[in-house]
Amino acid sequence: MAEIEAGGGGGKHKGGKKRGKKMSTRVDFTPMVDLGFLLITFFMLTTSMNKPQTMEINMPVKDEVKDDDISKVKASQAVTVLLAKDDKVVYYFIDPVTGEPQTPQITNYGAGGIRATLLKENKQRNPRLDSIPIYKDMLNKGNIGEDQYKGYLSGIRGYKDALIVVIKASDKSRYNNLVDILDEMLICNIGRYAVVDITTPEVEMLKNVNLE
Amino acid sequence: MPKVKVPRKSTSVDMTAMTDVAFLLLTFFMLATKFKPDEPVVVDTPSSISEIKLPESGIMQITIDKQGRVFFGITEQTTREAVLQRMAEKYNMKFSAEEIKEFSLQSTIGLPLSQLSSYLKLDAEARKATQTAGVPTDSLNNELGDWIWQARLANNDIRVAIKGDRDADMPTVKRVIAILQEKKVNRFNFITSMEKAGE
Repeated sequence: MAEIEAGGGGGKHKGGKKRGKKMSTRVDFTPMVDLGFLLITFFMLTTSMNKPQTMEINMPVKDEVKDDDISKVKASQAVTVLLAKDDKVVYYFIDPVTGEPQTPQITNYGAGGIRATLLKENKQRNPRLDSIPIYKDMLNKGNIGEDQYKGYLSGIRGYKDALIVVIKASDKSRYNNLVDILDEMLICNIGRYAVVDITTPEVEMLKNVNLE
Repeated sequence: MPKVKVPRKSTSVDMTAMTDVAFLLLTFFMLATKFKPDEPVVVDTPSSISEIKLPESGIMQITIDKQGRVFFGITEQTTREAVLQRMAEKYNMKFSAEEIKEFSLQSTIGLPLSQLSSYLKLDAEARKATQTAGVPTDSLNNELGDWIWQARLANNDIRVAIKGDRDADMPTVKRVIAILQEKKVNRFNFITSMEKAGE
């Protein structure tokens, strides 16, 4: 209870006239508050305030593509990222001279892992990346609108010589890895990437480094 | 020396203000609340920095849980009814009006069509207790593909969202994506949660 009897009452009118006791009109609200907070707790726990977030992904159309429709990309422009088991990533470039895959590198999903590599490689190939902070600044100052900013951003990300990432998930990787690597695409401003099936030589490659 | 008399003060606190606050908050939560749909599986979604919000309606949600079971759900009740009727037609099955009604109240289902009828007869408690097998996805009995196709026929603008568990295995995820591509769905969403700081 919120009230503690202060005492000192009664015993005053000994032998005096019998009077009707003056009842306090105060109501104790404590149970009502209890109930109120109980209900608040209930609604707070059952409510789902934030809508789930999503990440959009476009897959290539599965129809057969005619040979002349395939746009050839320079081998040196692409990096293949293999999602291996135990949250490890293996990536390799194609040697521009021999056309053979270079030695695969093993790394992880942390900020110092695949992200560092992708940022570095993308920066080398896409000189326009530097202007993203400038546009961002303009957006924050209100000089350009949100749509305009997005337009610039996708223009920069889709630069023709920018890094192209080919993502191949091995069967031993988990779903979290796929979302993580797609997240890195956003972080590293890579506009062109594709999720493709893993091939047998690449499975062999993973076996060689004991990650299959 | 005479004792110093401390006047006894009442310790009663005025609760009115507190009640006001409590009920104000209560009203807010009651109005802002939208009950979480009852989902048959708990899925821990991966986090991402993406800030796109998922619309609340017009979604066909494919859930993949830890064990690789696949669940299928549609947000609108009317679409659910239409889809079940189409599915029944395709598989030459009959569903009674009550069964269709009951089905339209299920946010997500995860079992083969052949078991659906007996599942719908159970009450809510028993349903929770049943361990369902997930929607079949193998190429011989590709019910998921049919669900997706019928849902698209019933609602042309429906969007596809995949809600996978962090630990869902890749072959299942790949299989679901392959089915989506087979059914000409080349644009879909991955449901993720907010990136936690320091991750």
